[in-house]
Amino acid sequence: MTGNLPFVVCMVFVALGLWTLLAKRNLIKLVIGLTLIENGVNLFLVALGYVQGGAVPIYTYAPPGVRMVLPTPQALTLTSIVIGLATTALALAFVVVIWRHRGTLDARKVRELRG
Amino acid sequence: MSVVVRTIARILLPIVFAFGGYVIMHGHLTPGGGFQGGAVVASALALVLVAFGEASLKKYKDLLSALESLGGVAFVVLGLIGIPFTFFANVLAGVGGLFGQSVPPGPNPGYLNTAGTLPLMNWAVGLKVIAGLGSVVVLFGLFGGEDDR
Amino acid sequence: MKRWFVLAAFLVVAGFLVLLGTGMRPFGAPKAFEMDQYFIDYTQAEVAANNVVTAVVFDYRGYDTLGEATVLFCAVVGVALILRKVRR
Repeated sequence: MTGNLPFVVCMVFVALGLWTLLAKRNLIKLVIGLTLIENGVNLFLVALGYVQGGAVPIYTYAPPGVRMVLPTPQALTLTSIVIGLATTALALAFVVVIWRHRGTLDARKVRELRG
Repeated sequence: MSVVVRTIARILLPIVFAFGGYVIMHGHLTPGGGFQGGAVVASALALVLVAFGEASLKKYKDLLSALESLGGVAFVVLGLIGIPFTFFANVLAGVGGLFGQSVPPGPNPGYLNTAGTLPLMNWAVGLKVIAGLGSVVVLFGLFGGEDDR
Repeated sequence: MKRWFVLAAFLVVAGFLVLLGTGMRPFGAPKAFEMDQYFIDYTQAEVAANNVVTAVVFDYRGYDTLGEATVLFCAVVGVALILRKVRR
């Protein structure tokens, strides 16, 4: 009997990512916070599509007579994962450029529009 | 890197490439597909970068961008094949020929020659993801290894 | 003062999120599944594929995958633009 505990876990994930974005100053840690939020949302989407006792929605050697979990949230989560990967790569490229030009990763010190 | 890392990478690389190709090729039968298999092969490219240095991948940069364009164009063309019906209509499924075998309903062992345009699209997207993530890895490696600040 | 304000705002938002999570339907009992049931029932007849997720990604929702490929391409172009060698 799990109730809706998995949804609460996903929300805690998102809240942790939000706290990372609010409290940390290192730019790498900010990117980690972004990916935490992404992973929380992805986990939430997959958890939405779960059916109690369901099998994987693939017919290769599927157990006969078992309900399958919903395939559409999984497909859209696949899309979401790739887009999150692309945004993470772009953010890390920005971090690399900032470290090159400023020599620091502190978000407080790169705030001024100088240089 | 050291000789231990290089030796292990030489042993491991064909296995990783073969596994990525397997995941892409069986995308319509087992868990996996173009994106996942492409990510596996791109991680193999990251292993090459770590083990052999960024100079070993520098000459493949143009090849990677060409592969990415080829994958994107192949994907759109495969979508356009079904344009007499709708965009992305699966006209090759169940009519015989290449990937045209129809599947029996219900659980089955899985036949490779099925699913119409899906395996071809898997290969197109896999090529695109390999080239895209591989060029990102190569760009990071080249930019970081140039000098110190 | 500012830190306390940030902490209070975060606690409000996080509490709201957790409250939303506890107020949802039970895990494992989706309410709207007619479209997914159609995909599960008719994938083998229409697409001739065993993997329903791949059928959804590449056939039923091909437009989404096209946009996703576009986003990936744009990200790679952006990384190549940012990380180019600057001549001084």
